[in-house]
Amino acid sequence: MTEPTEPLLRVENLTKSFAGRRVLSGVSFEVAPGEVLGLVGESGSGKSTTARCVARLTEPDAGRITLGGRDVLAAGGRELRALRRDMQMVFQDPYSSLNPRMTVAALIEEPLAVHGLEPDRRQRRRRAADLLETVGLSAEHLDRHPRSFSGGQRQRISIARALAVRPRLLICDEPVSSLDVSVQAQVLNLLRDLRQRLDLSILFIAHDLAVVYYLCDRVAVMEQGSLVEIGTRAEVYGNPRHPYTRSLLDAVPVPDPAVERARRTTDRGSHP
Amino acid sequence: MTSALLSVRDLRASYPGPAGPVQVVHGVDLDLARGEKLALVGESGSGKSVTARAILRLDTDATLSGRVELDGADLLTLPPRRMRAVRGARIGLVFQDPLAALNPVMTIGWQITQPLVIRGVPKKAARRRGVELLARLGVRDAERRFDDYPHQFSGGMRQRVVIAIAVIADPDLLIADEPTTSLDVRVQARVLELLHELTDERDMAVLLITHDLGIVAGFADRAVVMRHGRAVETGPVDDIYRSPRHEYTRALLAAVPRIGGDHTRPLVTIKEGGQ
Repeated sequence: MTEPTEPLLRVENLTKSFAGRRVLSGVSFEVAPGEVLGLVGESGSGKSTTARCVARLTEPDAGRITLGGRDVLAAGGRELRALRRDMQMVFQDPYSSLNPRMTVAALIEEPLAVHGLEPDRRQRRRRAADLLETVGLSAEHLDRHPRSFSGGQRQRISIARALAVRPRLLICDEPVSSLDVSVQAQVLNLLRDLRQRLDLSILFIAHDLAVVYYLCDRVAVMEQGSLVEIGTRAEVYGNPRHPYTRSLLDAVPVPDPAVERARRTTDRGSHP
Repeated sequence: MTSALLSVRDLRASYPGPAGPVQVVHGVDLDLARGEKLALVGESGSGKSVTARAILRLDTDATLSGRVELDGADLLTLPPRRMRAVRGARIGLVFQDPLAALNPVMTIGWQITQPLVIRGVPKKAARRRGVELLARLGVRDAERRFDDYPHQFSGGMRQRVVIAIAVIADPDLLIADEPTTSLDVRVQARVLELLHELTDERDMAVLLITHDLGIVAGFADRAVVMRHGRAVETGPVDDIYRSPRHEYTRALLAAVPRIGGDHTRPLVTIKEGGQ
């Protein structure tokens, strides 16, 4: 892991305005193969817009994005389809991102059919069953509909569906923020396990800094459309350089009453 | 020794379901002293919100039993009119969804000052206190924004308006159900700090309903951990975090990722729907 590798994803100078308002100003970062990069910031920081630009769900006004050396923004037709296969997205809300009329099997097989990856129906079904097991569900769930699953299970189904086409990059936009803490732990463990087993790169968008600490090798911090700091987990959390990063970290509630008490006394001392 | 402001004994709540009544709160006990901060903590379906709603008798279709005493008077047997008076005068309420709590056709200033105005505080004085409170909650340009309507505010700002309405008339008790869940972390810190200050300044008690163990650690004096409609563990937060007695509490604490924690090991998980 010490040799410099060509990045899988390279984002350069991404700029975007909505209705005259600048939402991204010159965002640049890279994600190495097998790396998990966390993108954090408050609402309106531009983290989700950045993810959507990478996935080409939103067109940036300017900038350059390459995936494995291929130009994402210039791609069209067949080339874009191939790129879309290489990067799959997992959304926040597992209730609205899965079509309620489709069975789990159909949901997972759909991307395989769309990309012409598994022309044989029985093979497709077998692959769907394998994928369900990969995410900790079982083949007996194949013929059920999303409504019969809990939020955590639905998020696993979303992940299985995203993995179906064997992407190199998974873009996860707040994938655990609507889940209970115990279910969140399951999905985080799953993502951690998958990136190791499948050598997957993940662009992980989240507002929860503790979740990002747990999962991400490197962290990029966004504020009002700009990337203000990027570094390894140890750098950003251990020695944050930007005042915004520090203010975010200072505000994160720590699940330890003694730590919280000490913090409140020092806060009060510094702002009389 | 402080006297109990709120005392709940064997509270049970059930709601009508397609196959008969469904019991969702199975005998909860809790005590809250003046100026004390108590957290009801649990995951979705734990019954924490329903417990709060039962204390306030907010759901007319709920069947309640047990005792809920505010300064010794049982709220469960109070006539509806007097119950409404208690909710208005002595208990402030904040729920997670700020849009449902605000009147879209009145300015936010009108809404914030109402609790004072109906108690006879002159409008000018009420406005001054309202603006000051909103500014303390971190709303910039509070004076100018006082005459805006809810739709002109972001979700986070609306929630601060709801909190201002709930606390402006100095209630004895604030019941806040996930009051900061929709807020960014820095705004959340500010709102929690203000609630801290208000409890100190005015001896206001707070019943905080939350799923966030970080917030509980920083805010509450004591906590009640709920699961499946029951209180599985009650105690001072120091005891609960340092030496949780119930297996579920231990698992819940171990499931939370922590900054600076061990990221090389899997988090502890809890089986969904398990007992």
